[in-house]
Amino acid sequence: MDTGHRRVGDQPWVRRTLIGIALLVAMFMLVIPVVVIFAEAFSAGWSTFAGNVTDEYTVHAIGLTLFVAALTVPLNLVFGTALAWSVTRFRFPGRKLLITLIDIPFAVSPVIAGLLYLLLYGRNGWLGGWLASHDVQLMFSWPGIVMVTVFVTCPFVARELIPLMQQQGSEEEEAGVVLGASGWRIFRKITLPNIKWALIYGVVLTNARAVGEFGAVSVVSGNVRGETNTLPLHVELLYQDYNVVGAFASASLLAAIAMLTLVVKAFVEWRQSRPIVSTPEKEVS
Amino acid sequence: MKPLLKGLALGTALLSAQPTFAADRELLNTSYDIARELFAAYNEEFAEHWQEKTGETLEVKQSHAGSSRQAQAIIQGLKADVATFNQVTDIDILHSRGDLIPENWAERLPNNSSPYYSTMAFLVRKDNPKNIQNWDDLVREDVALVMPNPKTSGNGRYTYLAALGYAQDEFGDDQEKIDQFLADFLGQVRVFDSGGRGATTTFIERGIGDALLTFESEVLNIADRYEDGEYLVITPEVSFLAEFPVTWIDDYIEQNGTEELAKEYLTHLYAEDSQRLLAGFNYRIHNETVKQETSDRFRELKLKSVDEIAGGWEKAMAEHFASGGKLDQLQRRR
Repeated sequence: MDTGHRRVGDQPWVRRTLIGIALLVAMFMLVIPVVVIFAEAFSAGWSTFAGNVTDEYTVHAIGLTLFVAALTVPLNLVFGTALAWSVTRFRFPGRKLLITLIDIPFAVSPVIAGLLYLLLYGRNGWLGGWLASHDVQLMFSWPGIVMVTVFVTCPFVARELIPLMQQQGSEEEEAGVVLGASGWRIFRKITLPNIKWALIYGVVLTNARAVGEFGAVSVVSGNVRGETNTLPLHVELLYQDYNVVGAFASASLLAAIAMLTLVVKAFVEWRQSRPIVSTPEKEVS
Repeated sequence: MKPLLKGLALGTALLSAQPTFAADRELLNTSYDIARELFAAYNEEFAEHWQEKTGETLEVKQSHAGSSRQAQAIIQGLKADVATFNQVTDIDILHSRGDLIPENWAERLPNNSSPYYSTMAFLVRKDNPKNIQNWDDLVREDVALVMPNPKTSGNGRYTYLAALGYAQDEFGDDQEKIDQFLADFLGQVRVFDSGGRGATTTFIERGIGDALLTFESEVLNIADRYEDGEYLVITPEVSFLAEFPVTWIDDYIEQNGTEELAKEYLTHLYAEDSQRLLAGFNYRIHNETVKQETSDRFRELKLKSVDEIAGGWEKAMAEHFASGGKLDQLQRRR
């Protein structure tokens, strides 16, 4: 066997070194930091942790964060599905542009997103003066936080659905049309079951980001404790106060949400891949 | 979609189940980032005072961030009733750019509307190995300094002006010597952090530098938190008068209907008990009785104001801290 036929990764030492490096990096970059969060959170004992987590302001921050996610996720679920549906099932001028536009929140730094909203809806902003004169307060209160969170997370659902719906094609829906089903029925009986798992996956990602968003929210929040302070902002605030244990206690809540997300994500991925493997005959030919 | 609805219900429930014991009145105080504990204590005291006076229960909400950022937020519509900042310039722009308060805001309360003040001091390591006592020790070749960046933080600007004030006393009219001193001083700075808390972290956690230059209140707090003698506080004879200005925000208190409340909140900061509370957080205060009580902690210093040192904030900003100003020139010199 001459070396000419060998590929680069064939030698065992190459493999071992690469795996070793990957493991080492993963260890120091991912595993240890997560362990540290929980170790620090519980470093002063369980009762201190409980005290920190049940602190009036922490409880409010948790409530606000969940509230924002609870508004953001359904909004983006509807918006993302509608967008994916429109760009994959219809042909219209500007369709390509729309697909590109949906990526703007990914391309723009969240801080910039927050500033844009502030410059538009703030008291001295383009629309802000008119809003203020009608006594509408969007920035520095929860509607502003929801607005920027919706902006930052709006691509997730659509981005999950578009490739899948493109790949699936519209034959099944067309068959439904031929058989005389209504639009809503087609969506419910054909489209929705087809995209179900991708949709849930998109929702999981949207939720994770909505809960964890810092930059954009920080700009429009106003940092009022017990009013507009979300959990990520609360972590920073506690850290600034030298309350490291409290900061890590709140951070551990975020980490716990993140891990829960990962479990759901793994489960969804498993479900997504299963029907294709186990029941290939159901695939569209 | 059911879990989603559940989530929504849960979120709404959590938000509405907040421990908002319905107070009769509400007040929003925007403040600088490291004043949380101070105002947490004061708010409690003031709520009692207010209830005694009017019978109404009161909840004071707090917002904390860098005071320049807070000023921006207020201008953009954060409807705060009062601002309690650590930089005069940040309250000035509420007038100049926001038109929310009158130009003479500083005259509305005693002591330039600054109920408490502080100065710039040094924190050195155990036993003061480099024997740092005064500003002229900081320009020695073997001394490494940590301070916030004067470009980005008021804290850093104060230290720069304090050093300038010392040099003016030392060298009189000799501008060349003053400049050389400042250039040497800046040359000894190992780390310019973006803010006060960052500089503290660099000095304490990362163990960099022989002296940390920041507010006296901050270095006293740090020294208190560690074992006796772990860190020493050095207050130089000559330093800078760092004012902590407060104001009510006229446009917003009118809208919020909190005029009387907001004014009382700030005026009460000058009361003896409040001054004692402020001194407990290591700020210097004006009340003579409390001054006597705390004289061993705060020794008498020669504190120079920005007017004495640089002819006012506007001039100081333009001459020293603007792009291409004195600070930039001096830093390029070495």
